[in-house]
This record gives sequence, C-alpha cells and structure tokens, in this order.
Amino acid sequence: MYTPHTERDIAQMLQAVGVDSLDALLRVPDAVKLRERLDVVPALPETEIVRRFEELARMNAGASCVSFLGAGSYRHYAPPAITALAMRGEFLTAYTPYQAEVSQGYLQAIYEWQTYICLLTGMDIANASVYDGATALAEAAIMAINANGRQKILVSRAVHPNYRAVLKTYCDGLDVAIEELPIAEDGTTDLRELARLAASKEYACVALQSPNFFGVIDTPGAAEQAASKASGTVLVAVVAEALSLGALQAPSQWGAEIVAGEAQSFGVPMAYGGPYVGFIASTKEHLRRIPGRLAGKTVDSNGKEGYVLTLQAREQHIRRERATSNICTNQAHCALIATMYLALVGKTGLRDVAAANLERTRELAEAVDAIDGCSLHFTAPHFNEIVVCVHQPAKHALAKLEQRGILGGVDLGRYYPEYANCILMAATEMTTTQDIQLLTKALHEVVHVHARV
Amino acid sequence: MAQPEGLLYSKEHEWVKIDGDRATVGITDYAQDSLGDIVYVELPKVGAQVAQFGPVGVVESVKAVSDLFTPVGGEILEVNTSLENDPSLVNREPFEGGWLFKLKLPGGSQNAGLLSASDYESFVKES
Amino acid sequence: MSTPVSDQTASPLIFESGQDGRANRYFSRGKQLSEFLPREALREDLPIPDNSEMDVVRHFTRLSQRTFGIDVGFYPLGSCTMKYNPRVNDAMASLPALRDLHPYTPDAFAQGALRIMWELERSLCSLFGMAAFSLNPAAGAHAELAALLIAKAYFKSRGETRRDKVIVPDTAHGTNPASAAMCGFKVISLKSDKRGRVSVDELKKHLGADTAVCMMTNPNTLGLFEDHVHEITRAVHEAGGLCYYDGANANALMGNARPGDMGFDLMHLNLHKTFTIPHGGGGAGAGPLGVVKQLVDFLPTPYVRKKNDSFVLDFDVPKSIGPMRSFWSNFAHIVRALAYIYANGAEGLTKVSQLAVLNANYLRVKIREFLETPYDETCRHEFVASAQELKKATAVRALDIAKALLDRGYMAPTIYFPLIVPECLMIEPTETESKETLDAFVDALRDIVETAKRDPEQILAAPVTTVVGRLDETRAARQPDLRWYPSP
Repeated sequence: MYTPHTERDIAQMLQAVGVDSLDALLRVPDAVKLRERLDVVPALPETEIVRRFEELARMNAGASCVSFLGAGSYRHYAPPAITALAMRGEFLTAYTPYQAEVSQGYLQAIYEWQTYICLLTGMDIANASVYDGATALAEAAIMAINANGRQKILVSRAVHPNYRAVLKTYCDGLDVAIEELPIAEDGTTDLRELARLAASKEYACVALQSPNFFGVIDTPGAAEQAASKASGTVLVAVVAEALSLGALQAPSQWGAEIVAGEAQSFGVPMAYGGPYVGFIASTKEHLRRIPGRLAGKTVDSNGKEGYVLTLQAREQHIRRERATSNICTNQAHCALIATMYLALVGKTGLRDVAAANLERTRELAEAVDAIDGCSLHFTAPHFNEIVVCVHQPAKHALAKLEQRGILGGVDLGRYYPEYANCILMAATEMTTTQDIQLLTKALHEVVHVHARV
Repeated sequence: MAQPEGLLYSKEHEWVKIDGDRATVGITDYAQDSLGDIVYVELPKVGAQVAQFGPVGVVESVKAVSDLFTPVGGEILEVNTSLENDPSLVNREPFEGGWLFKLKLPGGSQNAGLLSASDYESFVKES
Repeated sequence: MSTPVSDQTASPLIFESGQDGRANRYFSRGKQLSEFLPREALREDLPIPDNSEMDVVRHFTRLSQRTFGIDVGFYPLGSCTMKYNPRVNDAMASLPALRDLHPYTPDAFAQGALRIMWELERSLCSLFGMAAFSLNPAAGAHAELAALLIAKAYFKSRGETRRDKVIVPDTAHGTNPASAAMCGFKVISLKSDKRGRVSVDELKKHLGADTAVCMMTNPNTLGLFEDHVHEITRAVHEAGGLCYYDGANANALMGNARPGDMGFDLMHLNLHKTFTIPHGGGGAGAGPLGVVKQLVDFLPTPYVRKKNDSFVLDFDVPKSIGPMRSFWSNFAHIVRALAYIYANGAEGLTKVSQLAVLNANYLRVKIREFLETPYDETCRHEFVASAQELKKATAVRALDIAKALLDRGYMAPTIYFPLIVPECLMIEPTETESKETLDAFVDALRDIVETAKRDPEQILAAPVTTVVGRLDETRAARQPDLRWYPSP
C-alpha cells in the first residue's frame, strides 16, 4: 500500500471537505452500484510478493535454455551502465516533456535519439519513437498513402510475418489493400515484377526489409530504385535487427524515403515481447506527415539554447480527428535506453559487435551445414540469421531439441508452408562456441545420421 | 488593424477581393490573432477546381490548426509561395503580403453567402 | 526548480564530444566486415562518436538532473495519474528469467510468464466487469484503435456496414477522435451540458441506424461522475451501437463502480496511469483492452488461455482483428502491474480510489477560495480550475500560473484541457500524496495568485530558476531543428 494517510489525516480532510465519510464522496446511482465481490490476486506483504514472482520466474524454463531464437527479438549485450543511468528516478518517473523548462534533460535525450536514428539510416528526420517495428511499418504506410493518395500497398513476403499481419490490421481499418511480392530462390525478394507494378501508379509504397525475415540482405538494385522513384511509389525500408545498421549499407543508399524499424537490439531486454521501441525516419519531404512526437532545438528569451516538443499541431491532442496518427504515449524510456547504448558502444563498438554477430553466425552456419541431413536453405549473403533445412518437419526437430534443453530456432512452417522443413536460427555476440557445439551434437542426433568429419 | 476597402468576408474568417473574374483570398486579422504565430500553411494545388465554402487547405500555428474554406468557388490560379519560407507574413500582413491564393471565377455572383465589412465586424463581436 | 548543476552549465550534445578510437571494450576487437560480406552490401561510414563510459555516464547523469519526475516533486498532471511508482515492481520486472525470456519461447517453457499474464487478466476482468482483456495493446490510444477495429469488424459480421459514426463528448481526450478517424469512422462531437456531463437528450439527437460507437469516460475529463451513464449506454444499445469506456480515469472508481456494470462493451486501461507503470518520459505504456462476452472472438491475437493446468498463447481467436504489434504484450509492464495488484488486493485498490478522490476534493475546496472552480460540486480524482477571471483582471493566464509553479518546485497541472473550460488547469493529486504535500501546494498556488494581482510582471516572467526560461516555440516550429548534423 502506498497511501500515506493516517486516520487523523483522513478525519481532518473529510472535515475540510465537509463530508462525514469517504463513502459520501463516492456515491453512485443504484443502477451501477458494485454488487459483486471482487476476485483479484490476494494482497501480500512485499517479502511475499518477491517470493511469489521468483517462484513464477522459475517456471520459465526457456530463460535458461541454450537458445538460437531471433526473428525480430534479439539477445544482445547491454552494458550495465545503461541500467544504472536509465533507472535513475528522474528519467523513470517523468512524463511527456510538455513543460519544457523542467524537462530539458529528456528533450535533449530525444533530440540525440532522433539524431542517432538519422545517422544510422541516412534519413533527414526521425521521430521520438513509436511502439515497435510492426506499428512503425503501419505508420510508414499511412505516411505514404497521405503522400500520394493511393490506396494499395506492396510489401515483400520476406518482411517479418508479424509486421505484415499488423500492417493488415491497420490497413483493414483504412480499407487499404495489400499485395505481396514473392520470395526468390536465393532468399531475397523477387523484384522482377516491381518495375511493372510500380509503373501502374496504383501503389502508395513498396516495403522491403533488409536483412529480411530470413536474415538475408535484401535490397533493390538501381533499376528497381529508379522504377519506384519515377512512378512516385514510396520506397519504405524495414529494419527489424537494428544492429545490422552498424555494418550494412544505410537504407538511404538504396533509395529508401521512409525507414520503419525496431531498436530493441540496442540494449532493450527481450522481456517476452515488450516493451520494445520502433523508429520512423524519413527524407525532409515527409516532415509534415511523420506521426508522433518530435523534439526540436530553439532558444529561450535570453538566447540560451534549449529543446521543446515541436510541430505538435500534427498530433492528436490538437488535430484530433485530423491528426496524422492517434499516437500519444510513445516508448520514450526504451528510446532512452537505445540512445545510451549507442552512446556507450560508439562507432567502434557497433562495428565490433556487428562483426561478432557475423562471425558467430558463420560459425553456426558452417557447423550446421556440416551435419549430414541438414543444409543451409538460402545462398544469398546474410547478417545474423540463417535458414536451416532439416529434411523433416521443423516443428518435430525443434521439439526433440527442446527435450535436450535447446531452443533451436523458429519453425518457419508456422508462417511459410513451403518452408515447413526449415528452422530460422540466429547467432549473436552472446552465442558461444560451446552453445554451437551443444546444438550441433543434438541436431546430429535429431536427424539420425552421422556428421561428416 | 483597420479592414481594407472593397473586401467581402466569410463566417470562417476569410476575406476575398473580387476583381471581375479574378479573386484573391486570405484570412482576416481576427483569424491570425486567434491562431497565434503561424508556422505552416497548406495551400491548394494550382489548377484545382474548388467549390464555394469547400475545404482547400490548412493553417497551422504553434498551438492550433484550422481548416481553410474558400469563400468563393473557381479554379486556383496562383498560390502565395512566399509563405513556404515565411509563414509569419500571414500574421504581419493578413490583408496584404499574407494573401493565400488567387482564383479564376466562373460566371455569376457568389456574394449571397458572404458578409460585408460591417456585417463581419458584427459577427466577430458576437463570437 | 533549483538544480544541483549550475545554471550556467551548457549542455553539449553527446555528438560534440568523443574521439575516434576512444572506445569502450565491451566486445572483442572484430574482424573486418569485408571478410563476411561483399563490399557493396557494407556501409561506407558510421558517423557516430566514440565516448568513454565515464563521459557517457556524466552526460546522462546531467540530463537526468535537468528532468523533473514524480521522484523529484509533486506532479499534479490531470488525466495522467502521476502516482508513486513502487520500486519492487521494477525489481520483479528485472528478474532474469522474466527479463531475458524470448517471445518465441515455446509455451511449455514460458509457463511463468503466461501465468503472470493470465493472473493480471483475470484480476482486471473482475475489477472492471469485463469478460476478457487483451494485453496486446502498447498504450491507451493503441487499445482505442483496436477497440474501434473490433467494432468495425463486429458490425461487418452482422451486415451492418452503414454504421459509420462515432460519438465523442467535446471533453474527450484527443486520441478518441483520432483513433476513430484511423478506422474510417466519422466523428460527431457532443456538446456537454451545463453540469459538464454528457446530456442524454443531446445524445439521442445523434443516435440512429448509422451509430457505431459512443466513446466516453467516467468520471469525465472534468473529474465529474457521469450520473446518467446507465441511461446513456442503454440509449446507445437501443440504437444498435456499442459503448466504449476510455479508462484514463479508472483511478477514480476501483472497488466502487465498474464500466461493465455501467453498460460499456469495450474499454481500455492505462497501466501507466492507474497501475503505477513508470511513465518513463512519455512511454512505454501498456493499454489492456477489455470486452464483453459477445466481442471476445474479435480480440487481437494472441490471447492467453488456461488449458487444464497450463497456459497457452492462443493464435486461433475465431474472428480476431489480427495482431496490433510485433509480439504479445508489453510484458515487463504486465509484471509491474501484477506486482502492484499483489501489493494491494481488492481492498487495497478500493482504498486507492477512495483516497485519490479524497485528495482531489481536499485540494478543490482549498483552491476554490482563490481560484475559480467552474463545477463546484464533489469531484472524483481530479477537478478543473479556471484562470479566466484572473486573466481578465491581471493578464496572468493558466500558462503563466503553470510556469510560476515550476519555480516553486512543482510540476504544473495539465493546462488548456479539456477544451470547454477557458484558461483551464486540470489538477489530479493521486492517492500517494500526503496532506502536508497538498497543503504546501495550496499555499504555493495561493501565493502565485496573490502575486499575480499585486505584481503580475513577476508571474509573467516565470520561470526564472530553471535551466532555461520560456522557449521560443514559434521559432522551433517555423525553423525546425530536429537533429544534429556532422560537420562536412
């Protein structure tokens, strides 16, 4: 209980208000009176609460398994300095910086986050964050629709299935149709039809994810970029593994006008799915359409530099039904964590960790490929995920691995019937050689053949 | 600010100066004062056909946003491109340099729905 | 608010310091990227600075010292429920087996997490009178959108596609009409009556065969209990529409009245308001979405279900609108909210609402002595005051009062919302504040009003003790400077 009132306080306050009892302040009409006994979890003293949650935590066997799970949520190292800073009470318990004079710290941090996102993606502007990568994609599509008024969206089938599903949820609300581009044999998006489709001028945007859901680097060539641009089809880049921005070409380099991504990899815990932090960045042209909050630099009456939330007239609290989006609360604290991560690791650290991811993934790929009965499914260059064909339903193989205490990856058959025999595996800087050895030993047993020496 | 001569007004606080088959439109001093510092103006496209009193754009200030409704219908001939770099013109010179757009009018009078200067002043006093 | 750091200290950006190679050794030295990938796939440069850990720690420590949070002082921001955020909640969310659990962990290996989600859901259902809650939405506005999508799908399934109007009181939070617009609904704004409530007669004028949803909150954004709410929901149902409850003000009625009993079909909660999730500077929040039995099949996927003695993530919700986000919930916040409910139980939460209402009324009767309170009756957890009279007499407005409060070590209340009250201040103390804090706040506010009458210039110049004075928002909007650029 966190209420400080003593009996005396309550008595004095009731008297000041001029009522006899607390009940007198909370009268409700008979029609809506609470008649049921409430059934919630019981009140416990704090020591018991801790015991209870430790007990619940112990029921999560998955947290102590060797894991190769990725697919949009990644196990990366977060320097403890982040927690020490981010959990400071001022950052933790502040709200939206509407009173700018006493929120300069947070506003500057948001300005720095916006800058980092622009520097990594090559875009001109970025907003203060959105809920996650999937909703970022949905908001980016809405931006494109507002830009050219078209009512159809093109999206690659190699974009994260959950992101595409969320896009569909949002588009159903707006009566916008979605069409998909197929996957090529090498694991990239099949872009052969893109020029023809774009030329129809029916599509507001085309969304490509790189690295895509399969970990494959998946960017359009010069011809496809030109076709998009010429037809006014907005090229949207989706980034689910933000760490890849430390190594790979910035989306601005391959013609993206809007970048929608997920920054969980920058120090945000996996936490069984959330909270994460999405980002939206774009070229100058889309400034007026970008949803959510923006921190801007200005001066005070003495000419001193300071920061404010700006361009608020776009937002729901002013524009109401004419707002570009309904977003209010964003993911400020997670964006703060990501900003601290980038500040701490810097360009050198980001390069090193990206290299570590590539190295561990190569080690994983070679070890798995060496198993008779397993093969790498896609040939195109990839970042920190691979698709492994086990020549039997992936879900059976994964169940057998689970019995051995290993979470081998995501069953691709869950989303792509044609890849039902494939597992999506991730390796990061946190994956050890020992982990890989444990996996290969177990996989070898699971596929029932001898490994090549 | 004194109202200039020869203008007609709409209840949405726009003014229109009609010159034969040409018209110039802007927002009134009262409107710019209510909105506060204007930061952005979204203007209709040149060549667009607009209906009288239809929505044609938006005026954004730091704390508010207001739809623009054209007091007369016609074809948009010109928009005030200076406002892109200097939206404050609308605040400083709502009747002069802060004009918003010009139209070509079709035949026939559209004055029926519009207010004279004195009617507009009364209308504002009542608000 | 005085800050430990000198006013004269400039606050350089993190990009203005650092040296190439001044790296921290978090990772081993990596190989050349070109060993792994073709050069065309690689980025040319990475223009972010290398800073030492100590410089980064000093940088963000300084920024935190320039940030006002609940931990720093009284934060009576109306509509936001800025109550104390218990630290045990964070400790539980940081337990490694909860914090480091991957969302694709198979259900059998995530029973602890699933049980936590299920226990929270069951508790919320009972507290608010709903048949089921989805823990999917990331925030209140996100839940509103989901709810309206559910309404749209529900009417479509019944062949009632003509229903395209959403009715919203003129006191509603801006997210309500914005969410409606994102679903293609047209918004009708309902004028509140003289008592500040939704008028049933006024509502009935707008109800018809095209009514989809009526969105409202109770108590409303003026802090007043909508005493005709059951008539309102009945009228909407008679017209064939659905009723949505905006849960922003849920702190006012736990253990006292339930939206389900009031006739609402859909509702959301803001866990970062009522259930002590830290606001974190503007998020992340969490916005569970509650529905009555007939709408359960439309909930976003996945839904946490109990099957015999274990728990599963159910992706087969028959008429689901689909998922609203990449994964299943803002789980770390689900942990926090559940820990909070465990700290209180049903009786504790009932007390929470009672004392929130007591604190608000106590402030109201004290403040009305010197500042106009347009609705002078028992309020719930918040109330509105108006500086309109003060403005006429002295030119000091709600904005100036807010700035003067900053100088006295307080966060300002919400200003200029709801829109129907001129020069509005919306004050919500919450139940975690002591009588002494409230008394001191009243004294400070009274002093500001008296100073305004005696020497308005002093108030108009505020704030003067903060690291910056009032900022040029016009310039920020006319010449947007939204990021730093590296020198060419």
